[in-house]
Amino acid sequence: MKRREFIKKTCQAAALAAVSGGVGFLFHNRESSAYAKLVQANPAFQVAADSSLPKIVLAQNADHIAALHAALDAVGGIKRFVKPGEKVTIKPNIGWDRTPEQGADTNPVLVGEMVRLCFDAGASEVVISDIPCNYAPRCFLRSGIKEAAEKAGAKVILPRDEDLVTVDLGGKMLTAWPVLKHFIETDRLINMPIVKNHSLSRCTVGMKNLYGILGGSRNQLHQQIDQSIVDLATFFTPTLVVVDATRVMLRGGPTGGSLDDVTIKNTVICATDQVAADARSAEFLDMQPDKIGHIVLAQSSGLGNLDYKAAGYKELS
Amino acid sequence: MSIKTVRNLRRLSQIVFFVIFFWLILKTNFDVDFSVANGSDIHLPYPVSLFLQFDPLTALGTLLSSWTVYEGLLWSLVILIPTIFLGRFFCGWICPMGSLNHWISEIRSERITHRGKGKIESNRYKKYQRIKYYIFFFFIGAALMGTLQVGLLDPLPFLARSIGTVVLPTVQSAALGVVGWIKSIGYPPLGNAAQSVYDTISPLVLNYRPVYFHAILTIGLLFVVVLLLNRLFIRFWCRGICPLGAMLGIFSRYAIFGLQKDESKCNQCAMCNLHCQGGDNPDVGHTWHQAECHLCLNCQAACPEDALSFRFFPQHEPSRANPAPTPKVDVTRRKVLLSFLGGVALFPLIRSGDAFGANPNPRLIRPPGSVNESAFLAKCIRCGQCMRVCPNNALHPTFMESGAEGIWTPILIPVIGYCEPTCTLCTQVCPTGAILHLTIKQKVGDKNEPPVRIGTAFFDRGRCLPWAMGKTCIVCEEWCPTSPKSIYLKEETFVDRNGNEMTLKRPYVDPNLCTGCGACEYACPVVDRPAIYITSVGESRSAKNQILLQRSKLRQGSQQS
Repeated sequence: MKRREFIKKTCQAAALAAVSGGVGFLFHNRESSAYAKLVQANPAFQVAADSSLPKIVLAQNADHIAALHAALDAVGGIKRFVKPGEKVTIKPNIGWDRTPEQGADTNPVLVGEMVRLCFDAGASEVVISDIPCNYAPRCFLRSGIKEAAEKAGAKVILPRDEDLVTVDLGGKMLTAWPVLKHFIETDRLINMPIVKNHSLSRCTVGMKNLYGILGGSRNQLHQQIDQSIVDLATFFTPTLVVVDATRVMLRGGPTGGSLDDVTIKNTVICATDQVAADARSAEFLDMQPDKIGHIVLAQSSGLGNLDYKAAGYKELS
Repeated sequence: MSIKTVRNLRRLSQIVFFVIFFWLILKTNFDVDFSVANGSDIHLPYPVSLFLQFDPLTALGTLLSSWTVYEGLLWSLVILIPTIFLGRFFCGWICPMGSLNHWISEIRSERITHRGKGKIESNRYKKYQRIKYYIFFFFIGAALMGTLQVGLLDPLPFLARSIGTVVLPTVQSAALGVVGWIKSIGYPPLGNAAQSVYDTISPLVLNYRPVYFHAILTIGLLFVVVLLLNRLFIRFWCRGICPLGAMLGIFSRYAIFGLQKDESKCNQCAMCNLHCQGGDNPDVGHTWHQAECHLCLNCQAACPEDALSFRFFPQHEPSRANPAPTPKVDVTRRKVLLSFLGGVALFPLIRSGDAFGANPNPRLIRPPGSVNESAFLAKCIRCGQCMRVCPNNALHPTFMESGAEGIWTPILIPVIGYCEPTCTLCTQVCPTGAILHLTIKQKVGDKNEPPVRIGTAFFDRGRCLPWAMGKTCIVCEEWCPTSPKSIYLKEETFVDRNGNEMTLKRPYVDPNLCTGCGACEYACPVVDRPAIYITSVGESRSAKNQILLQRSKLRQGSQQS
């Protein structure tokens, strides 16, 4: 063997050995578990309280847009909640593959008008999203919300796995959980629920509507539904709650399906106190708010006042 | 127009029809024009199964198995009747599977069968080309008895199924994998760029979310093998296997269009054979097989001496050196009869197994609107269009759930996706009427008409949280889409191991209301094997597969089983 060949071969072997060993050490990891990276977020969507204004206003009008305007103006008007240049995310209930008449999803007329109002107040961008139970494209289409919101200029975003981020929600029960990022990467959050009965939480209005922000196995949350709702509402306290009580689902909720399940109430509630909003809405279902677990728990956790009249209540009709 | 121009037209035609075929499969998707103002029925904007309806083999097979030419299948005459006069132009000019085989065969290769003399020899008519006729007659015999097997190898359903359930989902997995990998590098601008490229391109070809199909290994493997066979033998599928090609070959028996060979001009250069697609001996000196020719016109275009020409009523002056062409299929009557009888015998053979009637799989849940099982097996061509269009990824190709007889026919697997009550897309795309059209109103039912049921839900109380573990859960009831709900709750007392009593709600199923949609099974938090599950009993399409006495009576008038 020539010297040159000896050196060359030895160097090649040594280089391969170095690379093999280097890769092993570089990627060596003694930790046996790998958790998903947590995103730290602490959203603050609320505006400053104003004691001269009621915290919850109910307006009744067969013209739903007029009802929305009346209720919203009475809690301070859209300009109180949306400042020019802000990004607004609206969370309607788009949970089910139903038509507007069936009253399982938020009234598209109200959603469209809300988008328009936000733009009037100078919002830079209005995003609409939700993680429905049924197939999302069908829900977005058949609820009429996609059409109405897009016509008003909103960005309607279908939920996708890629857009879920795991966030530490810091609740008693809800800790690290996958969350749709559009609800974190925003300046204002407007919750637009519809009023329906529910066999476990008894009613689903505003706070329960926030379930739609969550990905993951949220069907397991029902094992501790009250605490999980309150944890979620604590983390995602919205700027404003706009309750669609134009149609109210009395039975068969949250899916419904028959027009017999729905009654016409032609009512819109605007509130800055989400507990009061849910409490007042429960009365549409002939329920006493102080008998509803998650509303009681929300009050005792300091989220708001279930005695909505004490909170500052105004009724317009 | 010179022959080279005509050949280029053929190339263009192949591309155009392939693109149309592929585009229609892409559009067999939840890609709809819909406005709430125009009512609530969702319809596909394009007739996505149109190409399949032009398939003469599907038309003939379903005609023999069910004595109906269903709806758009009459279009197949547009292919069949010109074939009678011209020959297998479909194979050379239109068939997307044929084009795919053509292109793959033409990729350069150093293999002996793909170059020079080896290729000329390989392109000569071979005995293996008879196999397709045996397959065809076998399927015809089976169809006549009532089991439709043509869809296994009929090129249009074959390609539609392979693209819809294997190719496109694989492309999507791969694309998502690449995007995920780029994101995992941890340099956000790159990740965002990858995502935006995906967001731009994916709506054109991919689903809104990834889909997963049952039994794709068998479909995918066969597809890959068929494509790879082209690397060994040029257009092996078209020449040797394709039963549609066989059928069109048989129907070109009396063609008035054909190849005319001029012996005096031929100098035996063999250029014609070098480019022959059908393996039909276009050269002077061998018998030209009308039934094998795809009318690709390569031979005429390649001939430097103008010795070959395709024309109406070709003149043949047979000589010793230039034998007459044959319009006949090169199979003996005896073997035709044997293959046919083989197909006939297939029926009692498979039906004496237990999968059809004696011990049907309880999890064999067919799409809504499906006809009863014996009619279903006489109509389904396994094109996979229902599976591709289902927005919930609920419909899948079976493996053995409906026996070997029903391999790749649709099955609903609720754990992956349930049947949305207001969705009728699968009923819109079925080209053969194995799934009949439904409106939302028919599917959901009303006070006078019962809904379309595909099965019934049952509880596995040993796994159910409130039944077995004293845990609160109402998710099945919450999801139940019927109104009033088929799943109802009752307050009951649970005693834990320490003797403490607690009340909780426990779910029950009302079989009078349940349609078997499977939303409960899909939503059940016991994810690995749900505590509520659907079986096929109670399905509208069967008079026999019922639990409730009154329903057996009710349905007997309208459907036989």
